[in-house]
Amino acid sequence: MRARTKRKLAGAAYVAPAFLFVLAFTVYPFMRTFRISLTDESLLVPAEYVGLDNFRDALDDDQFWGAFRFTLKYTVLLTPILMIGGYLLALLLATNTGVRRFTRAVVFIPVVIGLGVSSLLWYWLFSPRFGLINAALQDLGIIDEPILWLGVNPNTSLWAIIVSITWKVIGFGMILFVAAIQAVPKEVNEAALVDGASAWQRAVRVTLPLTMRTVLLVTLISVIGSLLAFDQFFLMTAGQPLNQTATSVFYIYLNTFPFLKLGYGAALSLMLAAFILIFTVTQMVLSRRSAR
Amino acid sequence: MTPRRGRYLVGAVCVMLCTVMLLPLLASVLQSVKPTEEAAEVPPTYVPHGFSLDAYRRLWNYQDGLPTYVMNSLGTAGLTVLFTLVLTVLAGYGLARFPVPFKEPVFVVLLLALIIPYQALLTPLFLMFSDLGLANSLVGLAIVHTAIQLPFSLYVMRNSFEAVPRELEEAAMIDGAGSLQILRRIFLPAVVPAIITVVLFAFIMSWNEFLGALVMMTDGSKFTLPVILAQARTATSLGGTDWSMLQAGITISIVPCVVVYLLLQRYFVSGLLTGAVK
Repeated sequence: MRARTKRKLAGAAYVAPAFLFVLAFTVYPFMRTFRISLTDESLLVPAEYVGLDNFRDALDDDQFWGAFRFTLKYTVLLTPILMIGGYLLALLLATNTGVRRFTRAVVFIPVVIGLGVSSLLWYWLFSPRFGLINAALQDLGIIDEPILWLGVNPNTSLWAIIVSITWKVIGFGMILFVAAIQAVPKEVNEAALVDGASAWQRAVRVTLPLTMRTVLLVTLISVIGSLLAFDQFFLMTAGQPLNQTATSVFYIYLNTFPFLKLGYGAALSLMLAAFILIFTVTQMVLSRRSAR
Repeated sequence: MTPRRGRYLVGAVCVMLCTVMLLPLLASVLQSVKPTEEAAEVPPTYVPHGFSLDAYRRLWNYQDGLPTYVMNSLGTAGLTVLFTLVLTVLAGYGLARFPVPFKEPVFVVLLLALIIPYQALLTPLFLMFSDLGLANSLVGLAIVHTAIQLPFSLYVMRNSFEAVPRELEEAAMIDGAGSLQILRRIFLPAVVPAIITVVLFAFIMSWNEFLGALVMMTDGSKFTLPVILAQARTATSLGGTDWSMLQAGITISIVPCVVVYLLLQRYFVSGLLTGAVK
């Protein structure tokens, strides 16, 4: 009994540093976000308690809802490209031959570089006069005049960013899908083959249902990432034109730091966090139900 | 379709994929070694006609100088790796091997950062760090990065500690070894792959992270590499962005990631698999 108490104490001692760290740098700041959201904190003058004013203001803030809708649009357009594209790549590359392994490794390379850095790289590639994309399109005779990809037309900007992000992250889903596909028992596929199913039929009727758990999971991770998008928009369009390409996090950042409306920014970030939490929980419940 | 034609088709698609994925990176490297006048040409050249390291020289002396920013990035990443590793090795050991009181609720608290977007924590952390004197410090930014990286790392560590066979531990206990000694002699050698995974992901995340660094570092001499490059994008030198210098900076910040990835590929994949099954 004494030995067990001793082990309990030892266990608590090993866990304590990480636990205290999380309390201090995740739980406490999160509670403080709540407190700040109820004030007009601006760093300039002492903050005053304003109740739920910030949340009321947010409900009437067309710019915030515009940014939120824009973020949703980005998410809705990007997610299917990443999921379907990533899955097709995985189907093509799942077998362990030399060429396929190599291609998998190459497709994954952009995942390990920074999102900020890749955004700057694509900012240059898409640059109207100095960028290689316009140069190549002109040399191929596809366009006559350089296209102003970024920061002039919200739709063109959005698609340019989607291209860059697809390049950057498609390998992430692919790698996880490959692992899931490789875990499908051989016998299942062989049985389908004996029944005369074509490669495509086997992919859709056998492999896809058996890897659905992974697909849902990667979709969730990917959607959350898109809902929190910031770097690529901040660096490639800076929200232009007229903040029409500002995402939610971008708009929160603008309010908080350049505009120093910290209380308001905190309220907005709580609303966004709540939305993401509700989405996550719903998705998990649904995927658990479908798994049964 | 005959099998052989199928094989050629797959081969062709693979070549195309590799080209599409590698071209942007290659273009960046090539742009960074163009001579100054060529780098500003319209339309741009695809392959440099000349070779020069001028862009790297300009970057070396840009504002506080490249070495400052690289050291800031490396310092932050190094501290992030250190904090993450110490915290999650100890906690992983404790959770996997000891009857910790309230184990499950404690584990949930430790993973809380998974459901709280760190973007919502930056304002209070910024205020806290201003009070604590950690504003504009590498330690402060490393704390932010550690908070981001902790759940994943802890998950990997706990799994790995749980997979070590009980017999090894029991034999050492009979020899009268203390728990810290057992951790050092028995467990650490057994969880080396998990340690590599945790170090790898913590380093890459911290080296690349942008928003936290942008918010926490207000003093230009404390900028990390991504933040100074973001500034170089808009900073005008004689009528425009210095494109070759920007691409030189991008090349420098990409190289460590790609090298580390190519050397430790299998840890990347296994790490992603463990992390994603949560």
